[in-house]
Amino acid sequence: MGLHGCCAASFELAEEIFEPPGTGRWSSCGVWQCKAGPHRVILRTFAPVLPGICFAFAGPRDQGSCARKLIEGPRPGVQGSKLKPTDTTKPEYFHRVVDCQYACPAHTDVPEYIRMISQGRFTDAYMENRKSNVFPGILGRVCDRPCEPACRRGRVEEKPVAICRLKRVASDNRDEVTDRLPKAPEQKNGKRIALVGAGCASLAVCNDLMPLGYECTIFEALGIAGGLMRTNIPSFRLPAKVLDEEIGYIVDMGVDLRLNSPVKSMKALLDEGYDAVFIGSGAPKGKDLDIPGRWDSDRIHVGIQWLESVAFDHVESIGKQVLIIGVGNTAMDCCRTSLRLGAENVKVMARRPRQFFKASAWELEDAEEENVDIVVNHSPREFVVEDGVLKGMLFDVMEYDLDENDRVTDSRVVGEKLIPCDDVVLAIGQENAFPWIERDLGMEFDKWDVPVVNEITHESTLPGVFFGGDAAFGPKNIIWAVEHGHQAAISIHQHCQGKDVAERLPNRMNLLATKMGPYEWNFSNHFDGSERRIVPSVDLVTRFKNLNVEVELGFTAEQVAAEVERCLNCDAQTVFTDNLCIECDACIDICPVDCLGMLPDAEEQVLRDGLKAKATNIQQQLFVSGPLKHTARLMVKDEDICVHCGLCAERCPTGAWDMQKSRILIPYAADHADSKRWQAKS
Amino acid sequence: MSFVTKPRIIHKSLKRNALGLTVRDYEGVATTLCAGCGHDSITAAIVQAFWELDMPAQQVAKMSGIGCSSKTTGYFLSAAHGVNSVHGRMPSVTTGANAARRDLTYIGISGDGDSMSIGLGQFAHVIRRNLDMLYMVENNGVYGLTKGQFSAAADLGSQTKKGEANQQPPIDPVKTGLAMGASFVARAFSGDKEQLVPLIKAGLSHKGFAMLDVISPCVTFNDHETSTKSYAHTREYYHPAIHTDFIPPSEEIVAQYDDGEAMDVKLHDGSHVILRKVDKDYDPTDRGRAFNYLMDAQDRGEVVTGLLYIDQKQGDMHQRSGTASKPLGRMEHEELCPGSEVLKDLQKAYR
Repeated sequence: MGLHGCCAASFELAEEIFEPPGTGRWSSCGVWQCKAGPHRVILRTFAPVLPGICFAFAGPRDQGSCARKLIEGPRPGVQGSKLKPTDTTKPEYFHRVVDCQYACPAHTDVPEYIRMISQGRFTDAYMENRKSNVFPGILGRVCDRPCEPACRRGRVEEKPVAICRLKRVASDNRDEVTDRLPKAPEQKNGKRIALVGAGCASLAVCNDLMPLGYECTIFEALGIAGGLMRTNIPSFRLPAKVLDEEIGYIVDMGVDLRLNSPVKSMKALLDEGYDAVFIGSGAPKGKDLDIPGRWDSDRIHVGIQWLESVAFDHVESIGKQVLIIGVGNTAMDCCRTSLRLGAENVKVMARRPRQFFKASAWELEDAEEENVDIVVNHSPREFVVEDGVLKGMLFDVMEYDLDENDRVTDSRVVGEKLIPCDDVVLAIGQENAFPWIERDLGMEFDKWDVPVVNEITHESTLPGVFFGGDAAFGPKNIIWAVEHGHQAAISIHQHCQGKDVAERLPNRMNLLATKMGPYEWNFSNHFDGSERRIVPSVDLVTRFKNLNVEVELGFTAEQVAAEVERCLNCDAQTVFTDNLCIECDACIDICPVDCLGMLPDAEEQVLRDGLKAKATNIQQQLFVSGPLKHTARLMVKDEDICVHCGLCAERCPTGAWDMQKSRILIPYAADHADSKRWQAKS
Repeated sequence: MSFVTKPRIIHKSLKRNALGLTVRDYEGVATTLCAGCGHDSITAAIVQAFWELDMPAQQVAKMSGIGCSSKTTGYFLSAAHGVNSVHGRMPSVTTGANAARRDLTYIGISGDGDSMSIGLGQFAHVIRRNLDMLYMVENNGVYGLTKGQFSAAADLGSQTKKGEANQQPPIDPVKTGLAMGASFVARAFSGDKEQLVPLIKAGLSHKGFAMLDVISPCVTFNDHETSTKSYAHTREYYHPAIHTDFIPPSEEIVAQYDDGEAMDVKLHDGSHVILRKVDKDYDPTDRGRAFNYLMDAQDRGEVVTGLLYIDQKQGDMHQRSGTASKPLGRMEHEELCPGSEVLKDLQKAYR
């Protein structure tokens, strides 16, 4: 009697086909006799591991159809459906394993550029970034970093890799890149594109379309390019030099940048006969707070307009006591800017407790480091203005009841408080506004009076008019705007070539060997337990002397060396070949984070619970192999906190586990223009 | 061997035992055995068993001789005591250690070469003494450390990688153990931890000599198609005769067993071993029938596994010798060596 074939079968089905040795589930372990023939199977319950599941060791190789019925029958706890082996040839699977890259709207290849930095290849790292996110120097300072909360390192220990600040390292240490930048051809293709607003979205579109021969014209209302990157992000976080350089790389390809040229009429713009129009005009309207006293003083400012005035030196000072209303990232920029314009006591007033704050954790930290006072549970009631002079602001002091999921179940006013101040800055949100688009052009607007825009093609209901950045789907951030730019550029190209804008190339995935020799890989698979490095910054006296003193200094060389080793190389994928496996358990025994297991076929939840360390993070995928050749069990891997140390592959005697570098290939406008280029990409 | 060390990080949902330790705390240094070696699987099972028993490492002594198998004591319980002794002489060294420190838990790791060839005499005598220890034979049928010659445990007709067949009958550790009178005889397979872990726990809790033969494929020299100790062959001819559930003293038996289907054996330390039989008429307390069963199974080429024989009645070495209940190694010098006057009185008694 051998162990050929095993499965988790439903008890009821087993009883239909076989005669059990005894009665009751526990005593049923043993030899079961086939009711129809001479075949036998051994059944045993793995009660401690998989409750209620019978594990059948079916008899010799030439077992009858009875065992097959058992194997092919429904799994316990699931109706009929069978778990298919994971198809890792689909680009999506390994793409999702690289959490940072998957979370990045532009899918920047983070592990790749971090490895380049670790090798001292700063220029290569910069160019790798530029391919996807276009503005590495800018984003390395002010990106909203969706990659970092997603970073696997943050689940293995507490803090993610400092991905964003490593991007800045690549940018700060790069050599001259002019030769490596895309260039526009002398011979244009005859298609003219109009772009509204010289912000990151429009610039990203130009970046993709100029090299294809398009003639791009940007209409910018202000006297300088950069959009909200220029006007709303203070220069102590993002120096003008960095902006100028990276905007220059694009404009210098020959973009027709028309400054001080606000578009006043969409109809007039359309009448100029452009082949396509891209609207990247942002969300330039700051929300106001219409409560008593609002219009009685000129010391009440709307955040983003006020920041813009500061950026253009129209405002150079502020009162000693300043209140900022709102706790988003704009509020953080407002309070820190106030401190540099002469304020001594700055309070950020929040209506709700800290867990509801919209600002990124690191922006809050930076503000608090500068001694900004963040006051919670204060809801604005009125501005107190006496004889035309702002004296202070009256707040309702709030109390909230929260449930276990931190949702507000009830709230009440428990008091009131007058807080004296000289100025108030409102930073409670912003909206997009299109007063300049006539409503009779055939462009559909939704119930919030914003244009209806296709989320994939970025096309409005008016063919040939595309939206991107904050103008498309409301306020997001720079990295989203860049991605919108890439996607809109593809659509604009398709539109101008008379093709369907919805017809887009799918992503591809390449896997490359990383094995250099026995126990040797071309990535650093040693797990480095170092903690996240903290970026050094200018001291608290010097930084307030001038609005333009950049606060963060960037990582030192030693810090870079430590931080790059914290990256887990999640793109070094564990690739499994089921027919090579001899089920020796070596990989399972060595895995430091117990993410592997060999389990009888069952539905996904049963497999997740069956691993030695339960796979509880359902956001993360489960890899499931085909049946293994000795026992028909499945190799199961929980991707959640795999540290990509490669020990499973090092301990595998047959090469069933291998470490292979995945590279997701994402098509841009240039790939749509040149199918040979796309096919050759690897 | 791998150049990188196993990262000292753990999965947050990894369980902790009564001592607050995770299974990782029971590991040793990184293995230097071939990738895929059955011995490493056994090491993982030992680590799991000690963790499940809530055993403090300083309560354990790891003993071994020479061979691939004997290297494995380095790969678990770094904080335990241990002696890596001369080839085949681990039983004697363990006897000495046990004589001095009867309060420790002894685990001896040997191989088919270390036990069935050079150490066969020692193996026989340690059984005869019923020394309180778990004696594990990591049995792969070859001398792996000297490049794969047949060992004394190699099956008749099993072939080398180059196709030469073994002409000599094997010395089977299980049948030898039974014949020598061992009080606990079991066999397991490195590829089935569900069975191996409870057997290790039962063997460690058994008062007396527990012999556990573990088929452990040599992935480098004895895992080919014509081998009878390969992963594939062992799985094909695997015959678990008895399922062992180990229930520690602190836990109640909750499962219901029908009469005749399962046998409850209470061990000296209060733990229980529940033996669920695959073949109804098998009796693991009948040495003669166990022997016959094994002989029949051998004819069919089956690898019979499980706790095949257990005898709780034999006293261990200390009981038979009437030694002091306090470990000799714990006694003060005066207590251990009461002086020449006492010696003279003792000698007088023999005159």
